[in-house]
Amino acid sequence: MKVIKIDKNSWTKGIDKSREAYKLFGPVKDKTIVIFKELEQGMFPEMEYTDSVLSAKSVIFPQTEKILGGSLDESIEDHHILKRPDTNYSPRAVLGIRPYDAKAIQLVKLNFDTEDYRDPYWCDAYEATTFIGLAINEPSAFDFSTLTDTGPFGEEGLDILLVDCKEEYLAKVLTDKGETFLKASGFEESANTKPSLKTIKALQSKAEKAITSKIDSSKIKDKTILELYEAPFWDDLAFSCINCGTCTYVCPTCWCFDIQDETRGKTCSRFRNWDTCMDPLFTMHGSGHNPRGEKTQRVRQRFMHKLKYFLDKYDKGIMCVGCGRCVKHCPVNIDIREVCNTMNSYEKQE
Amino acid sequence: MENPYLPYPVRIDDIQIATEDKSLKTFKFVFLNEGDEEKFSYHAGQFAELSIPGIGEIPIGIASSPTEKGFVKFTVFKTGVVTSYLHNMKVGDIMGIRGPLGNWYPWDLLENKNVVIIGGGFAFTTLRSSIVYMLKEENRSKFKNIDVVYGARSPGMLLYRDELYEWEKRDDINMHITVDGTDDPTWKYNTGFVPTIVEEKAPKADKDSYAIVCGPPIMIKFTQPSLEKLGYKPDQIIMSLENRMKCGIGMCGRCNIGKELVCKDGPVFTLEEINKTPKEY
Ligand SMILES: Cc1cc2nc3c(=O)[nH]c(=O)nc-3n(C[C@H](O)[C@H](O)[C@H](O)COP(=O)(O)OP(=O)(O)OC[C@H]3O[C@@H](n4cnc5c(N)ncnc54)[C@H](O)[C@@H]3O)c2cc1C
Ligand code: SF4
Ligand code: SF4
Ligand code: FES
Repeated sequence: MKVIKIDKNSWTKGIDKSREAYKLFGPVKDKTIVIFKELEQGMFPEMEYTDSVLSAKSVIFPQTEKILGGSLDESIEDHHILKRPDTNYSPRAVLGIRPYDAKAIQLVKLNFDTEDYRDPYWCDAYEATTFIGLAINEPSAFDFSTLTDTGPFGEEGLDILLVDCKEEYLAKVLTDKGETFLKASGFEESANTKPSLKTIKALQSKAEKAITSKIDSSKIKDKTILELYEAPFWDDLAFSCINCGTCTYVCPTCWCFDIQDETRGKTCSRFRNWDTCMDPLFTMHGSGHNPRGEKTQRVRQRFMHKLKYFLDKYDKGIMCVGCGRCVKHCPVNIDIREVCNTMNSYEKQE
Repeated sequence: MENPYLPYPVRIDDIQIATEDKSLKTFKFVFLNEGDEEKFSYHAGQFAELSIPGIGEIPIGIASSPTEKGFVKFTVFKTGVVTSYLHNMKVGDIMGIRGPLGNWYPWDLLENKNVVIIGGGFAFTTLRSSIVYMLKEENRSKFKNIDVVYGARSPGMLLYRDELYEWEKRDDINMHITVDGTDDPTWKYNTGFVPTIVEEKAPKADKDSYAIVCGPPIMIKFTQPSLEKLGYKPDQIIMSLENRMKCGIGMCGRCNIGKELVCKDGPVFTLEEINKTPKEY
């Protein structure tokens, strides 16, 4: 394991150097909140934040993205024939992504990169990206990532893990992609591996200990889908939900999308947009019939998808990385930790 | 791997009004590019996304049969944005088709079996595809008895009427056409709802019998007990589901019943499989 030492005084200079080879993305303050955005010249990642309101999923899966376009002008040759737009997939790097968000992208990959179909927009963006993580030294009260196979210093899905050590960052080089980025940025001063790993370890255990939430999903896999689906607690759990959809948009593992066409003059575009299973329109048929017309059905869908369907389908754990965003931002305090524990401890009464 | 969102360009070659109230039309498409027809090779029971640039896409069952070459056919009910726009399009217009999508009726399993096909209303499109496929000379001997129960509100609402009356005349398929009611004194077929006609006319099941059921939810619901009475077990009842769809390739996340995605793991399921999932269709 190679560890590179980055003096914070040389940070912005290195970032600027990396722009010659990479399009950069990172957390930035947008009015009062932190979100992930492209870092234009002169913009630098906000490295002191604890939680960004929106995750880094938009770097690979933009909130709205043109997937096809064409012309409706009958006088030109290829009218009414849709084509993929020329999107720039030159190397990009996302700086300061939190470990749980990087892990989330690995979970979402299971959906977009399959044996039968490959979503070219998601996969091309993914392959172009180098993931430079920032360990969480002081997890927030909402963070429960240690209980979802990741944790504040988790490395899955990252090419580099940066650890903030006051005057400097220690950068754990995890992949070749990571190494290439560091070279391109001029960050090449090796740290003394053993002691720096020890420093990192100490910060890691401190951070992990700070997470005190209790969630247990270990028994969910032994129950059948129908047992949980038909359990009596869903009405109670869903009671206060106002179906605002916030929990799905802020979630780094939610990937559902809508496809919509738009015409301007003679130009047409097909877009895909983030969608939410909390909206009744999500499943409404043309006839008006709606298989998930009731609020309870939609709340149940969200939790069953995250905590049961995904688990059964891929055998890769639950579809939640414990970032705590949905808990923090839900206006009525619906808490996935409680839902998970309720599902986990549920025993069907014969 | 090709871009699964990119439709094949097609031209509308023919449009036929399919029912007396004009709410359904049958569209025949030909592919603009050589080679695309071959790439689109499909099985009876699959569907496709009809793609109208600037308007949107809709999942529609393929009504032509893989044994019919040179074109693909779809019958579309006018209901919302895209279907209404399509109903106003003209022969010669250019649009797109994406697919074929989803699984199909289990043709390998159905070999050497008795098959009863049950359809209601306009959910007869992939069943038409299936019947044409099964009746083709080189295929007919692969199946034992074929029965069809098909019902609509009135005679003028039956799809593919000319073909129905042709099949009626053949001796290698037993047709049981029915309407809910009619004031036509010359109507010589059945009158009554599909579940009732199934109970009266469909053959009893043995271990080599399968039923394929397609129709509005209410018909499906009331047909199940009729089939049970005839001895069909849940694994002998094959159904095709329609959930709202967008991507059609298992990615956009809206069409699921439990962990199954209707667009990719379906739309064809046995009742046995459906009984293990939440009934969200
Ligand atoms: C596998 C499958 C096969 C189908 N086969 C046929 C067929 O052969 N003939 C036919 O007339 N209809 C069929 N349908 C139903 C048809 O897809 C809808 O009627 C159609 O999508 C309505 O589109 P719209 O834009 O006119 O309606 P709107 O209400 O304006 O719908 C907007 C969008 O929502 C989606 N949507 C709405 N209703 C449905 C629905 N019931 N199913 C799927 N997506 C929907 C579509 O993306 C649609 O463009 C089938 C549906 C499925 C899932
Ligand atoms: S954020 Fe809360 S209120 Fe809004 S949809 Fe999600 S669970 Fe319901
Ligand atoms: S479900 Fe909630 S806690 Fe879990 S990953 Fe999504 S937003 Fe984070
Ligand atoms: S239609 Fe998108 S997942 Fe089925």
